[in-house]
Amino acid sequence: MPALSLMPPEFSIVRDENKCVKCLACVRQCGFGAQQYDAADDRLYTIDANCVNCQRCVSICPTGALTIYKNPPPLRPHAYWTENHLRNIAKQAETGGVLLTGMGNDQPFPAYFDRLLLNASQVTNPSIDPLREPMELRTYLGRRPEAGGMMEGREERQAKTRTPLVPIETPIMFSAMSYGSISHEAFTSLARAAKEFGTMFNTGEGGLPGDLYDYADHAVVQVASGRFGVHADYLNAGRIVEIKIGQGAKPGIGGHLPGEKITAAVAATRMIPEGTDALSPAPHHDIYSIEDLKQLIFTLKEATRYQKPVSVKISAVHNVAAIASGIARAGADIIAIDGFRGGTGAAPTMIRDHVGIPIELAIAAVDQRLRDEGIRNQISLVAAGGFRSSADVVKAIALGADAVYIATAALIALGCHLCQKCYTGKCSWGIATQDPYRSRRLNPEIGAERLYNLLRGWSHEIKEMLGGMGINSIESLRGNRLHLRGVGLNEVELKLLGVKHAGEAM
Amino acid sequence: MKKVYARPLWCMNCHLCEVNCIVAHSRSRDLFRAYKRENLRGTARVIVEERLPLSVAVQCRHCDDPACVAGCISGAMVKDPATGIVYCQEDKCVGCWTCVAACPYGAIQPGEKNGRPLPLKCDLCRETGEPACVAGCPNRALVWEERRAGA
Repeated sequence: MPALSLMPPEFSIVRDENKCVKCLACVRQCGFGAQQYDAADDRLYTIDANCVNCQRCVSICPTGALTIYKNPPPLRPHAYWTENHLRNIAKQAETGGVLLTGMGNDQPFPAYFDRLLLNASQVTNPSIDPLREPMELRTYLGRRPEAGGMMEGREERQAKTRTPLVPIETPIMFSAMSYGSISHEAFTSLARAAKEFGTMFNTGEGGLPGDLYDYADHAVVQVASGRFGVHADYLNAGRIVEIKIGQGAKPGIGGHLPGEKITAAVAATRMIPEGTDALSPAPHHDIYSIEDLKQLIFTLKEATRYQKPVSVKISAVHNVAAIASGIARAGADIIAIDGFRGGTGAAPTMIRDHVGIPIELAIAAVDQRLRDEGIRNQISLVAAGGFRSSADVVKAIALGADAVYIATAALIALGCHLCQKCYTGKCSWGIATQDPYRSRRLNPEIGAERLYNLLRGWSHEIKEMLGGMGINSIESLRGNRLHLRGVGLNEVELKLLGVKHAGEAM
Repeated sequence: MKKVYARPLWCMNCHLCEVNCIVAHSRSRDLFRAYKRENLRGTARVIVEERLPLSVAVQCRHCDDPACVAGCISGAMVKDPATGIVYCQEDKCVGCWTCVAACPYGAIQPGEKNGRPLPLKCDLCRETGEPACVAGCPNRALVWEERRAGA
């Protein structure tokens, strides 16, 4: 820290002395040294400059004595030079470094989910009560057989290289978060919840810890540019193999897990020396074209004896539809697309906030392109990046996704308050940290229950929404954009999303 | 008998078991009054021992053959034959603190109540039912269950 900080603290912690009983839980739980205790004077005090507003102290305080306020900006308001810009410049003037941040894009770009509304049945077509009638949310992921019978021997050839479909009980999976970026406790919570609910979790690019192979049947095992933790047993243990090309929070950028987070266990899982930085290159150095991608896809399929569908995950970028078409033709069984709201454990702030496109537009564009080319039916499309509620999930599926990945929402269920300090490794909630003092705060028994509850709640709501629309299966909603209407969208947006404006009839 | 067991793997050192213990053993059973009016801060009967990053809540084991009961000179400390709970009959205690010295777990602290001596030790919340420390543990680091001897 420099002798003189140019910026006032971002947050201010206020303690109601009438309520405080000096139990010191806040001091023990603060991950950032903002809560302090002076034993000589039996005095609690705060260092506001350290506070990141993670709300851990507020949640743990038994008397509700704590409140965190955003410091009213003492800076002169400026619509162009906002407080964020000033803070960032001051920080860089001190450090000369690249600005880092965590979680997803927090800038006020439009959320198209909030401009889309769903349909419901009235009079002429009956709505369905999901509590009384069966409602199917099971979704099958993977490549469908092409129309057979056209060419001699085609069926036979296909059968040899066809990977099995993977059923999930709800169209919601946990998105990739690597062991290393999140704690073993958080990782275990995801794995357990996925297994209990009958859906998938994703190992991210850090491999699968040895003690979690029991859950591998519900794992999407990732192969990323760093190839961390990738070996034959790992590939064959998982249910789906995913090639990670890009991540919504940082398209075009690799990864960097600092050496401090590479504990012995993380090192063993990643198969790298303890304490060394884990650097994921920006590109896969063996993939410079769709043809190269095809080679890796079939390398992985050969390595798994065509028993595992291969997914390719890309970030939503400007030319996403054409890239997705190439991926489908390269032999991928699943395409995962991660929108610009997708989260991360660490990303350069400028990349996170200014690169990529909204997932809603990406799904619509990819689905339409694949339909136009007559290959949409062959592959599954998984959308990721900023799903906040079951309504977002339903809208994404109506736009053309088969299923969605959620990660930020899952972490919030585990306690995350989006303080965006994942990259510091100091997470007070025991999620984005490898420090045993912090990570033990997240008991996976409780974590798995909370995640299961989230999936259960969202699935219930999805059934209610489907029932209202008069359909009894998630399959019937997929790409059914007539169930969507836009509000306050211009003609270009409506055309790209492929939806009519609210008020327009069928 | 059902006892309180600590699961050190999930103890996160928040010490809320101590707070809940104090409230459960206060006259008012109210958090603010217990601390602000009854002045009970520091009288918890469960103590979180710290050797960070490890921490663990330590409390009376309610031994089968309790040294504190054997050592008690006034017959105040007894083991309830029906429930197995070891507790102090407050009106009989003379404050010799033999129990404090005798406990092999360091689970008894010398204390006082209304000017009279009182050994601070876990009584498994025998008057209210489920131990308050277990009910209030935010991370399930404390459990109240029956375990076989040696388990």
